[in-house]
Amino acid sequence: MTVKHRIIADLYKDSVALMVISSRLLKLEGVDAASVVMATPTNVENLVHAGLGGHPAARTSDVIVAVSGSDASCDAALDLATVLFAEQPASSGGAVAEAPPTSIQSAIARNPSASLALVSVPGEYAAAEAMKALRLGLHVMIFSDNVAVHHERSMKQYAASRGLLVMGPDCGTAIVNGLPLGFANVVRRGTIGVVGASGTGIQEVTSRIHNLGGGISQAMGTGGHDLSEEIGGISMLTGMRALEHDPDTAVIVLVSKPPAATVARVVLDEARAMRTPVVVMFLGADPATFDDGVLRGAASLADAADIAVALASGRPAASSAPGIRPEIRPLLEDAVALMAPGQKFVRGIFCGGTFCYEAQLVCLAEAITAWSNTPVVGNALLGDVNVSCEHTFLDMGDDAFTQGRPHPMIDPTLRNERVARDAADAETAVLLVDIVLGYGSAIDPASELLAVIDRAQVEAARDGRHLAVIGHVCGTDADPQDRMAIVAQLDAAGVLVASSNAEAARWAAFVANGLVR
Amino acid sequence: MGCVRGERARAMKETKEITEPSMRDLFDHELHVVNVGLSTFAENIAQAGGEVVDLAWRPPAGGDIAAGLTLASLVNDPVVEEANRVAFGRYLDAQPALIDVALARDAIGALRGERRLLHAGPPIAWVDMCGPVQGAIAGAIVYEGWADSPMNAMAMANAGGVAFEPAHHHGAVGPMAGVISPSMPVWVVENTTTGKRAYCNFNEGLGKVLRFGANSTAVIERLRWMGTELYETTQAAVRELGGLELKPLIAQALHMGDEAHNRNVAATGLLLKRLLPALFATDTPSAVLRRVVDHIVGNDHFFLNLSMASCKAMLDAAAGVPHSSMVTVMARNGVNFGIRLSGTGDQWFEAPANAVDGLFFPGYGIADAAPDLGDSAITETAGLGGFAMAAAPAIVQFVGGTPADATESSRRMRTITVGTNPAFTLPALDFGPTAAGIDARLVVDSGVLPIINTGIAHRDAGVGQIGAGITTAPLDCFVAALDALARTVDMAGLE
Repeated sequence: MTVKHRIIADLYKDSVALMVISSRLLKLEGVDAASVVMATPTNVENLVHAGLGGHPAARTSDVIVAVSGSDASCDAALDLATVLFAEQPASSGGAVAEAPPTSIQSAIARNPSASLALVSVPGEYAAAEAMKALRLGLHVMIFSDNVAVHHERSMKQYAASRGLLVMGPDCGTAIVNGLPLGFANVVRRGTIGVVGASGTGIQEVTSRIHNLGGGISQAMGTGGHDLSEEIGGISMLTGMRALEHDPDTAVIVLVSKPPAATVARVVLDEARAMRTPVVVMFLGADPATFDDGVLRGAASLADAADIAVALASGRPAASSAPGIRPEIRPLLEDAVALMAPGQKFVRGIFCGGTFCYEAQLVCLAEAITAWSNTPVVGNALLGDVNVSCEHTFLDMGDDAFTQGRPHPMIDPTLRNERVARDAADAETAVLLVDIVLGYGSAIDPASELLAVIDRAQVEAARDGRHLAVIGHVCGTDADPQDRMAIVAQLDAAGVLVASSNAEAARWAAFVANGLVR
Repeated sequence: MGCVRGERARAMKETKEITEPSMRDLFDHELHVVNVGLSTFAENIAQAGGEVVDLAWRPPAGGDIAAGLTLASLVNDPVVEEANRVAFGRYLDAQPALIDVALARDAIGALRGERRLLHAGPPIAWVDMCGPVQGAIAGAIVYEGWADSPMNAMAMANAGGVAFEPAHHHGAVGPMAGVISPSMPVWVVENTTTGKRAYCNFNEGLGKVLRFGANSTAVIERLRWMGTELYETTQAAVRELGGLELKPLIAQALHMGDEAHNRNVAATGLLLKRLLPALFATDTPSAVLRRVVDHIVGNDHFFLNLSMASCKAMLDAAAGVPHSSMVTVMARNGVNFGIRLSGTGDQWFEAPANAVDGLFFPGYGIADAAPDLGDSAITETAGLGGFAMAAAPAIVQFVGGTPADATESSRRMRTITVGTNPAFTLPALDFGPTAAGIDARLVVDSGVLPIINTGIAHRDAGVGQIGAGITTAPLDCFVAALDALARTVDMAGLE
């Protein structure tokens, strides 16, 4: 082992800078010790103590590089030191990019105009994040689900006492000041305000309003649990009042499954007292029960949009007739005629939970009783969600399917696989599907589905079967996806494209009932 | 359908009164979103032309859900906000001045009567102390003449013959082992706003010194000299000076490359500049004068202990404000890291110290290092040290950083403090004020941990300093502190 030195004359370096160089030298193979110091008497003495001594010729204004180890590695270390002393810093100083904020409070510090927090963290953390946002004066949209009910209640009570809005938990969709939040479609701004407990329900209503030429002032989600007795519809009431006081809103649409009876009374009483006309769409409730000349009841999501657009444009609002359009009837009858004797059942395979729910309601009204993983009253719970049975309606976004997999609206693979499986079932007569566009949804939601349908039709033809594929595209031409092209693709593939989810379901029921007769 | 947006609706509702100002606010202003979670949502909002800040979110409180809810209940709580305003105001108003040099027993009541020594960090029993602290205590026992050798001193400590208490319990602080014994001289720093005093021992220099656990004869001899000649001379000089305001001196040093924790070269020079004329005015014999000046000149960290006493004085002013989440103490005893909040009184909240990332002197490595040690993190607590890193970019080289990293560190600390201290400005931040008054809520919420510049002691007593580097305060202290604070606050949030 040898000790070697190099003196770099008249060079001042900070002791920390010298330690950095020492540590680089120490990392060299075969170097046992390395010290790079200003040659002060104390430092020279320390070198001796460290076994690196023996160079009296240095002055205090010099740097000493002292290394011990194998002969070759000492030389390498001394050379490296020379290189390092000559080295220019890699960057020329300047700013390090500011790290992104990690808390809501620090985000507000960066953007004091922040007005709303969109929370989509895992459910167990969502309540705390939402509560912090509220305490900091932000409105909140909580996309996350699995938030404890008592947390939902306390945060909504806190928000209500401060005039803040809580959308969610489990709120998938909102459009605030024209900005789509979560899963939302691009719609023109207008005079119709929507408050809804269902994400895809809001998407269907707002898209259709846009497609009919109307526009949206605000669309607010409440989350699926808001109209329960525990919560009492706090968010729905806050949203309704905000729209009532909003000078840009001329018509209000409420969308929900039927609320708890006590909550429904509170909500409807308050809606009735408003100066703004209110259209009520309680999925599964008979619209006649609250259509009293003040409130307008809607029979379907599409119907709610139709009534709202009519009201907003000052036309009398007639509920659309629920029949089959005359130009469609022959197409459906042709499909029935092509089917094999064993083909009997509707298989509704949905990305949107509310579409599954509404389709069941429409079909049930046409005497189609079905199985489902999310059955409406009157239908039965499917025992094994992986095996369809008779008429079956599946919400593929249900937890039963999405454990560890992306929601089918984001990635429709899961849904398309199921379509393929049910298409191969000799008892399947109708495949009923939804295609949801907008922000958040898959950017190409149809190509893979069409390939699946193509293969299925070829195989069905080989077996002497014909599949009626009925679809509905929820979205607008302003969405990031190309709605026109998708509808054209579906048409070309022989898919019967309805103008709404309810209409698609009616068509499916018509075919199924035609097969029975 | 030819409906002009808004007009018809406005016409219909001219008479509608505004009863929900917050909702009105939401609708009337461009929406600015804070996105907490899925980044695709933020991307969509941006693509749709909206304003959005996307958080780099990770679970707060280290993923402890209950602690996260406790934190949420304290965010922007008006009681805590007001308490912090009061505490921080007292910190800002404090004016630490060096008014005297005294023997510890004369300054600190607890060091009179029974045999007692003060040490750094939160309370700890003799058997649990790390090597350097035990070594320093043995040295102090010998220095006091309670035992004739370090070995006998250890036996005395083992037998319970000496009481131990944190220096912080008596308005005092000490670097590294932080041992203060009755016969040691201490700096007496008074907050002239309140008259309350803080104390710190004298810096011995580098190498084999008591604060790193060394207790050889040479170490004890130096302590004896410090307890006599250095004590008497500096006392005479300080009295001659008639008080020295320390905040302006520290502020000046920040503009000269010090951060007042691990860089004290400038402040030591500035102190000497003030002391020298006073020293000459004291008729001290030139041989003594020479030894005293040699001691100060030979130690770039001489001012550290005054910096610490100043910080202690400023933070003690902020202590004891009910419900305040402002951190008033961060200190390490070589085993645990402890903090105190203004609003939770004398309670300590402890967690194992985080590892130090740094550089080692030749011949030493991470395996030789003692855990983080000393009261010197009082400087960071007061907005200096790591918080003023931008003033001393040399320090970030310990972890391979650049001056830009140093600036970013000081900026980042602003996200976890109650405010900033205009008395301490940093040229690299465009002469902006240093972040000060750590808010435990902001630490737990953001996961941004207070940065601490520190020396590294050898794990064995007596070897001394073996390196220096940068570490952080452990999150768990702050989580525990918030839990205790929440119990004192009337919770208006989640059940």
